[in-house]
Amino acid sequence: MKASLTLHPMLFDKPEKKATRDGFGEALLELGQKDERVVALTADLGESVRTHAFEKAFPSRFFEVGITEQFMIAAAAGLAMEGKIPFATTFANFGTGRVYDFIRQSVCYNQANVKIAVTHAGITLGEDGATHQMLEDLGMMRTLPHMTVVVPCDYLETKKAVWAIAEHVGPAYLRMGRANVPLITTAETPFKMGQANVLREGVDVSIAACGVMVYPALIAAVELEKTHQISAEVVNHHSLKPFDSKTLLKSAKTCGAIVTAEEHQRTSGLRAACAEVLSESLPTPIQYVAIEDTFGESGTPDALLQKYGLTKDNVVKKALAALRMK
Amino acid sequence: MDKKKLKALKLTANTLRQDVIQMLLAAGAGHTGGPLGMADVFANLYFNVAKHDPKKPHWEGRDRIVLSNGHICAILYASLAEAGYLPKEELKTFRKLDSRLQGHPARMDLPGVETSAGSLGQGIGVAVGMAMAAKLDSKPHTIFALMGDGELNEGSCWESFLNAHKFKLDNLLVMVDRNDIQIDGYGHVVLPLDPLADKFKAFGFDVFEADGNDMAQVVSMTEKAMKTKNQKPRVIIWKTIMGKGVDFMQNLPKWHGIPPNAEQAAEAMKQLQAERVRIEAEKA
Ligand SMILES: Cc1ncc(C[n+]2csc(CCOP(=O)(O)OP(=O)(O)O)c2C)c(N)n1
Ligand SMILES: [Mg+2]
Repeated sequence: MKASLTLHPMLFDKPEKKATRDGFGEALLELGQKDERVVALTADLGESVRTHAFEKAFPSRFFEVGITEQFMIAAAAGLAMEGKIPFATTFANFGTGRVYDFIRQSVCYNQANVKIAVTHAGITLGEDGATHQMLEDLGMMRTLPHMTVVVPCDYLETKKAVWAIAEHVGPAYLRMGRANVPLITTAETPFKMGQANVLREGVDVSIAACGVMVYPALIAAVELEKTHQISAEVVNHHSLKPFDSKTLLKSAKTCGAIVTAEEHQRTSGLRAACAEVLSESLPTPIQYVAIEDTFGESGTPDALLQKYGLTKDNVVKKALAALRMK
Repeated sequence: MDKKKLKALKLTANTLRQDVIQMLLAAGAGHTGGPLGMADVFANLYFNVAKHDPKKPHWEGRDRIVLSNGHICAILYASLAEAGYLPKEELKTFRKLDSRLQGHPARMDLPGVETSAGSLGQGIGVAVGMAMAAKLDSKPHTIFALMGDGELNEGSCWESFLNAHKFKLDNLLVMVDRNDIQIDGYGHVVLPLDPLADKFKAFGFDVFEADGNDMAQVVSMTEKAMKTKNQKPRVIIWKTIMGKGVDFMQNLPKWHGIPPNAEQAAEAMKQLQAERVRIEAEKA
């Protein structure tokens, strides 16, 4: 572990858990107190996306628009062009796929200062099933010009990310989940948009992870060391765009093999971002842990992570496979 | 309709409600209020009005029952099970890993599900497409499109309605669950829809309105709408009560998306069983 990052002391024993969306709700409220340009919109999902505290504190700066996501994105663009800093909130599916062209034209092409903050991304959404389990959003958002894409790994990192995207002038996408997830970072852990955090240093294989896969990546690294005497580096790529090529290349150079881990389709997300950089500058063997070009289904978050292979065990397996490719 | 048949439909609706409670209890997650509110409409559709054959779920001549507001699928699954599309036992697998009864309906998993739904405002477009196909092929079946009133917030619904009117789809019968509730609260607060009937009229629909929790009205208004063919799409706006039949759930937005716990389920079953006794005592 990198001492300078001061990670959560209970991380490897009995991690405390909290939902990223709770961090969002708190940070949005604080942000609203500090900057009156901040406004929030929700599309009939206020409680789920945790905008209630903001709504209570700033009723006139909060807009419940009903189930009209397309309108919400367009209106957010309008608000932004008049000087507001709108946070448009809904589930990941309805905030990306449902409204993709609205984001593309009204937000990105206009370079409107809109923050799209979504929760319930990925299969860890659980029982609601495939219709709600967004697994293609990182690709959609990452390929849009002018978009910034952030995928925080825990509650506190989410809070820092909210502040960072608010300070950044331009469109931003913040991807959060529904479930409670381990606390990994602390108040002291640095967060800079576009700058990946090396959470653990290693020399044999580098695991590039984001979001809910950062925790399994870390415990996989511990197991690799204990059981296989393999030294694994773990890098938290919370920013998919701008993407930290420098840290990736440095890690690839040291380790010579990469494993990517993400709660997303195997195409177009973090794996793609890494492959794009490495294929151009430093061809390096890559293995991946991701969704295998399939839809999800109903089930508990844990059961789904197991069934779809988003686990520590799979990260270990892929790390060993990556090593064999060296 | 004769009283005996009416009574049988009421009993069926009661059975469906009990199944919904059991399913949600077993699932430990999901939507309870909407399914209870629409039980009477579903009982009438599946066991009185629609032409369908559980033995041949893909029979071409069947009426299409398209659930656009997929989140109320507990009532769809309960109806399909009661009709014989799947064993009743299977209802207990609702929302569990590897189940055919997904949290939102999945067409490729379960015969009887006409379209996958969950993301709102899409099933209605699919239903309109099915109605266009039936017209093209001069087929006589009816396409029933079931929708939530909150769902009507979505602009895509109104795109579908414009086209249903344009293509004179009098083989389409839309049914709206008008409970005035959606997730964030009462519909008239979240995003007002009224005057809803006038909106549909302006969109070129023949519009019917009735109490969707009074079986006599459900039966007669559906009959009336089915007989109406003016080269226009039709809609019935069913005034319903979310959570109907369980007093502590009725008309409360929080029951949109939560299941009962064991104690609440027991109390709900008690109330529904008492209602059953009352129905059975009715003169037929
Ligand atoms: C496109 C889309 N946006 C948001 C949601 C989340 N959502 C599910 S149900 C619902 C409320 C629907 O209200 P209504 O149709 O009136 O259903 P009821 O609460 O009466 O069962 C919402 C916002 C969704 N499923 N799809
Ligand atoms: Mg409703």
